Amino acid sequence: MTQTAVQGAQAPALNRGRLRAGLQQLLAFASLIVIVIFFSLTSDVFFTYDNLVNNVLVSTVVVGLLAVGTTFVIITGGIDLSIGTGMSLCAVMSGVFIENLGLPLWLGVLGAVLVGGLIGAVNGAAVAFFKFPPFIATLAMMLIAQGLALVISHTSPIYFTKAPGYIDLASGSIIPGIDVPNAVLIFFVTAIIAAILLNKTIVGRYTYAIGSNADATAISGINVRRWTWVVYVIGGLFIGLAGVMISARLASAQPATGQGYELQAIAAVVIGGTSLAGGKGSMVGTVIGSLIIAVLNNGLQLISVPQEWQNVVLGCVILFAVYMDMLRRRER
Amino acid sequence: MFTLTGDPDGEEPYVSNPSGDGTNARGPMSGDYLLQVSGVSKEFPGVKALDQMHLELRKGEVLALVGENGAGKSTLMKLLAGVYTPDSGRFLLDGEEVEISGPKHAQELGVSIIHQEFNLMPDLTVAQNIYIGREPRWGDFLLSEKRLNEAASALFERLELPLDPRQKVSELTVAKQQMVEIAKALSYDARVLIMDEPTAALNDAEVAVLHDLIRRFRTPETGVIYISHRMDELKAISDRIEVIRDGRYIDTLTTSETTMREVISLMVGRELKENVRPETEHGTDEVVLAVRGLSTKELLHDVSFELHRGEILGFAGLMGAGRTEVARAIVGADRHSAGEIELKGTSVRLPNPSVAAANGIGYLSEDRKRFGLLLDQRVGFNVALSSLTKYVGLGVFMKDNAIRVTAREMVETLRIKTPSIDQTVQNLSGGNQQKVVIAKWLVKDCDVLIFDEPTRGIDVGAKEEIYQLLNRLAAEGKAIIMISSELPEVLRMSHRVAVMCEGRLTALLAADEADQESIMHYATLRPDVLGAVDETPEAEMQEAGTR
Repeated sequence: MTQTAVQGAQAPALNRGRLRAGLQQLLAFASLIVIVIFFSLTSDVFFTYDNLVNNVLVSTVVVGLLAVGTTFVIITGGIDLSIGTGMSLCAVMSGVFIENLGLPLWLGVLGAVLVGGLIGAVNGAAVAFFKFPPFIATLAMMLIAQGLALVISHTSPIYFTKAPGYIDLASGSIIPGIDVPNAVLIFFVTAIIAAILLNKTIVGRYTYAIGSNADATAISGINVRRWTWVVYVIGGLFIGLAGVMISARLASAQPATGQGYELQAIAAVVIGGTSLAGGKGSMVGTVIGSLIIAVLNNGLQLISVPQEWQNVVLGCVILFAVYMDMLRRRER
Repeated sequence: MFTLTGDPDGEEPYVSNPSGDGTNARGPMSGDYLLQVSGVSKEFPGVKALDQMHLELRKGEVLALVGENGAGKSTLMKLLAGVYTPDSGRFLLDGEEVEISGPKHAQELGVSIIHQEFNLMPDLTVAQNIYIGREPRWGDFLLSEKRLNEAASALFERLELPLDPRQKVSELTVAKQQMVEIAKALSYDARVLIMDEPTAALNDAEVAVLHDLIRRFRTPETGVIYISHRMDELKAISDRIEVIRDGRYIDTLTTSETTMREVISLMVGRELKENVRPETEHGTDEVVLAVRGLSTKELLHDVSFELHRGEILGFAGLMGAGRTEVARAIVGADRHSAGEIELKGTSVRLPNPSVAAANGIGYLSEDRKRFGLLLDQRVGFNVALSSLTKYVGLGVFMKDNAIRVTAREMVETLRIKTPSIDQTVQNLSGGNQQKVVIAKWLVKDCDVLIFDEPTRGIDVGAKEEIYQLLNRLAAEGKAIIMISSELPEVLRMSHRVAVMCEGRLTALLAADEADQESIMHYATLRPDVLGAVDETPEAEMQEAGTR
C-alpha cells in the first residue's frame, strides 16, 4: 500500500469526525442566537449594551465560573454537588480574612480561592482514594460547606467595608474607556485558561481519558487516582473564585445564597453538550450553556414572565438539550 | 506444496508457512527462546486455573495457543500481562528470569498484549490513544498535538496502516480499533506480541490485513503468541501450535506436521470421550417453537431450527459463536433484522422479553446475578416476581399468603435448600440460586425454557441436581434449549445438538451423531469457507510467499 493510498483512504473519515465534533457546539450556539433574537424582538430593552453587559454578562459570571470548574469533574464521569454551598463558604471565608482578620486584599482573595481548592481536595480524596461515589461524597460536602458557612458567619452576612478595592474586583472596570465590569473580564479570561488547560495540557488529556475509560487509562500506566484528585482540586479553585466574585458583586458575603447554584451550573454544562456519563464535553459549550441560562433568566424577566415560570422554562431547555444530544449519539 | 486439495476434515497434513524464516528446520537451542513459561500455577478460590503450565516461544516464530473455553488461556495471558501474579513457577525472557509486576512493567519488558476486549478510550483520537501517558510535550505540562499526530502518522506509515491519527476511536470499525490496539502495542517496541482471539470480530479481508501485519512484525528478534479458535487460521499464520487443556500443558505440535483432527482431539482430550447419552427418551414430534432465518445486524446469520415438546436441544459453540445472541433475539432482548418465530404453529412477534414471557418463553440468563435474581430480596419475592399480576387482589393488594404457598411448593418440588422462603437469595449457594430462577419461570407457566449456561458457577454435586431437574422438566413436556460451553454437559443432556460458529448454525446433530470431535469440528468451521477450508489459507500463503 502506498502512502498516497493511505492518505486517500482517511480523508473522508477525517472530515466526518470533525463535523460531528463541531455539531453539538454549533447547535448550542445556534440555540443561543435564536433565543437572543427572540428576546430582541419581544423586548425593547433586551438588545441594549447596558442590558447585555451589565445584566446578562454580569449574571453569567458566577454560574459560569462554577460551570467551567465543574466541567472538568463532569468529563471524568463525576459530579460535584458542593459547588453552590462551597461558594458560600468561600465567600464567608473571604469576609473573615479581609474584614475580621484584616488581611490585605490580595491575601484575602488568595485565601478564599485556596479554601475552594481545599474543598475540592477533600472531595477529590473521597472520590479518588476512598472510592466514594462522587454523588455521595459531594452531597456530604454540600451539607458540610453549608453548615460551616452558617457557623463561621453566625448566620449573618459579612459586609465588606475595610477594603473598597474588593468591590471593584467585580464591579470596577480595569480597562479605561471600555465599560465592561471586571467580573466579566475575569470570567472570560479564566474560561480561556480553562479551555487551554482542557485541550492543550496533560491535565485535560487525562480528564478525557479517565471519563472515557478509566480502566484502560490505568492499564496504559496513568495514575488515575492522582489525576482524578487533581481534577476535583481544579474544580475547587473555581468554587473559590466564584465565591470571591459573588461576594464582591454583592459587597457582602451571604452565607446562605449559594444553594441552588450547583444545579444551575450543572445545567449550563449539560446544555453545553458535556455528557454526564463522562468522556465528552467542551469548555466552549459550557460558556455557551452559561450564557443561555443567563439570557433566558434576563429575557424572561424583561418580557414579564413571573420568576416561578423561569425555572419551568429552564427545565424544559435542559430536557430539550439533552434529548438532542441523545439523538445525535444514537445516530452513530 | 500447493497441490493439496481441500479436505474439510483436515486429514491432509498442514503445509509449512512459506514465509517462515526456517525456525522449524532448526532444532531448539538454548538462546533461541524469547519467552519461557515454566511450571507456572495459579489458583483461584475453588478453581485451579493453571497447573504447572509450560510454554516456550522461540525467536522469530508465531506460536498458536489453543484450548477449549476455560482451558486457562486467558489466565496465562493475564499472568504475562502482570494483571495476576502466579502462585508458583517462573517466567524467563531471553533466558533470564523476570518478575512481571504490572501492566506497565510488562510493556517495559517488551511484552505487549492485545486483549479480547479492547483497552481503548473511545472519546480520544487514535493518536491520543496510542501515546497516552507518553504524549509529546512542551515542558512537562503543555501538549503538542502536532508532534503527537506526526509521530502517529510516522508509525502508521511504517506499519502501513490506513489510520487517521485525528479520528476519534469511537468512530472506527472494530477492525480499525484492533489496528489501533496493535499500533499501540508496536509503538512500545514490543518484542513479544500476544494476541487473544484477534480475529473474533473481523471479516476475511480484515483477517488478511491482520495476518500481513503479524508477518511484518515478525523478525528474528521478535515472537508472537496467537490465541485463536479458528483452525484454518492457525495453519495460515502459525509455526507451532501449543495445546492446553484444563489448565495443563498438553503438547506442542509443529504446524506443518499435524492435522486439524489431531489438534482438536488433543484439545478435547481422549479420556473425556466416553459417550454419555441423555437419560430420557427423545422428545415428541410436536413442534413448539420454530425459528426461521433469524438474523441480526451484528452477528446472527440465517439461523433456523425447530424445538419439540419434551426435548432438550443443546446449543454448542465457542465463545462469541452467537448462542446467547440467538436466545436474546428469540425473546426480543435484541432486535433481529430478519427472520420469523413461530409458536405452536402461529407466527408471533416478540418485541421484548416481557411479551416473550407472556407467550410462555422464559429466558434464564447466563448472568443470573444480573438478569435473573433480585439478590437482596427474599426467595418468596423472587419466585413470584414474574407472575405478580396473578397475585393481586382488589386491584392493588398483594396476596402475600398465596405467594407464600406457591413459594413453599416450589421450594419443596425443586428441593431448594433454604432455611425458609424469607431467606434473602444472596445467602443461597449458586445451585440453589439457579433453582430459584427456574422456580420463577415455572410459576409463570412457561412452555419453552431457554437455559443459558445453567450450571455456570455451580459446584459438581449441585450440577447433578440441575441436570435431573432439566430432565424432569423435559419429561413433563417442557421444551428446553440449553446453551452450554461445556461439551460433556451438552452431550449428556441434549436430545439434539445445534452447533454454532460465528453467528451461523453449522450443524444440527442427533444425539447419536454428536460427540466431542464432531461438535468441535463444526464449532471451528468458519461457515463462509465451508467446503474450501484448506484452500483459502493456501492462497493467502502463496501471496505471502511471493512477497
